[in-house]
Amino acid sequence: MNGLTGAYVPGSSALHRLPPGAKLLGLAVACTGLLLLPTPAALAGAAAVVALLYALSRVGWAAAWAQVRPVRWFAVALFAVQLAFSGPEGAVTATLRVVLAVALAGLVTLTTRTSDLMACLERRLAVARVVGLDPFRVSLLLSLTLRSVPVVAGLAVRVREAQRARGVERSVRAFAVPLVVGALRHADALGEALSARGLDDAD
Amino acid sequence: MIELADVHVRLGQRDVLRGVTATLAERRVGVIGANGSGKSTLARLLNGLALPTSGRVTVLGLDTRRQAARVRRSVGFLFTDPDAQIVMPTVAEDVAFSLRRKGLPRDEVERRVREVLARYGLGGHADHPAHHLSGGQKQLLALCSVLVLEPEILVMDEPTTLLDLRHSRQVAELLGELPQQVVAVTHDLDLLAGFDRVLVLDEGRVVADAAPGDAIAHYRKMMA
Repeated sequence: MNGLTGAYVPGSSALHRLPPGAKLLGLAVACTGLLLLPTPAALAGAAAVVALLYALSRVGWAAAWAQVRPVRWFAVALFAVQLAFSGPEGAVTATLRVVLAVALAGLVTLTTRTSDLMACLERRLAVARVVGLDPFRVSLLLSLTLRSVPVVAGLAVRVREAQRARGVERSVRAFAVPLVVGALRHADALGEALSARGLDDAD
Repeated sequence: MIELADVHVRLGQRDVLRGVTATLAERRVGVIGANGSGKSTLARLLNGLALPTSGRVTVLGLDTRRQAARVRRSVGFLFTDPDAQIVMPTVAEDVAFSLRRKGLPRDEVERRVREVLARYGLGGHADHPAHHLSGGQKQLLALCSVLVLEPEILVMDEPTTLLDLRHSRQVAELLGELPQQVVAVTHDLDLLAGFDRVLVLDEGRVVADAAPGDAIAHYRKMMA
C-alpha cells in the first residue's frame, strides 16, 4: 500500500531536489534502458546503479523494500515461468527488469511530493487542452486515485472483519457486494466534499 | 446571518423537511433530533449542497440557489467522515488544495498551511500520508482544510460521531475559540454546552427552539 500512496520521505538529497519532470523523464529513459540490456551481468550492473541511487536518496532500506515488496510474489511467479520456458538466463533477466523498474518508479514517488508531481503533470498536460481536456481535472483525478487506494483498502479490511464475525469468510459475494457498495458510497461522499470545497464553482 | 423561509425538501418519495422557518444569528447554534429527522439535510442547505424544493435559504444575504458559489466561499462545511473530506494524499497537500484558487504565491500558501497545521497540533505531520493519521487527527485535518479559508460561517454535520471522548472534547474546545458563527448538527449533547441556541428537529419540523438546557430536556422527553 505504502509503495503506491503518499510514500514521500522528506529529505534534501540531490534526488529530492531534482525537478519532478526530470525524474519522470529519467524514469522513462531508464526503464527503456532496462529493456535494452541483454544479459544478466548488464542487469546486475543496473541493479548496482539502482542501489546506489537509493543510497544517494537516503530514504532508508525499509522504504526501499516497501516499494518492491508488493511485487515479490509476482517476481517469484515470473521467475518460475521464465525458468521453465527460456532457461535460467532469461528468467534472471526478465525478473530483474521488472523488479528494477518497480524500484526506480518507487524511488521517484519516495523523493517527490505528490503535489509537485501533479503540478508538473498539470504543466505538461497543458497541451491536452487542445483536445478539450482540463489539465487540472486530469491531475486531480490522479491525486484522488492515490488518496482513494488506502480508503478502499481500509474498507476491504472492515468488510473482511465483518465477514469473519458472521462466519461467511469463503463467500466471494459476501465480500464483493459490500465492498462495491462501500466504494460507491465513498465516491458519493467524496463528490459532495469536493462540491463543498468549491471544486465546480466559477471564480 | 442565516435565514430559512418556509423551507421544504423532498428527496425521492420522502418529505425530509416540511416547512422550516428560522433566523439564525447566534454565534453558536446546535441542531439535534432523531436519525432521519432531517438534521443533515438542514446542514446541507446552509452551503447549497442541498437545495430547497420550495422556500428560500439565505446566507449572509445570498440566496443559496442562485449564488451557490459565493455562499460556499463564505460557509465552511465539516463532514462526519473525514476520509470522505480529505481529497489529497498527504496532510499539507490537502490543506493547500483549499487555497488553490486564491492566486497566492507558493511560499505564502506554504506559510498559511504550516500556520494552520501548527495551530491545531498537526505541525509535525505536514508531509505524512493522510491515511497514517488517527481518526481524531483526520477530523482535525479536515477542519484545518476548512479553516485555512477563514470562512465566516462553519457548518458541522455530526463532527464528533466517529471520535473518541478525548478528540470529541478537543473539537468542543476548539469550537469555543473559533471566531466564526458555528452551526453544529450533532448527537453529542456534551458538544452543545456553551451554545447560544439549540433547535430540535422531528420528522422534518422544528419542534423546539431554545437555550441548550431546555432544548435538550425536550429532546430527552421526546426520545423516552
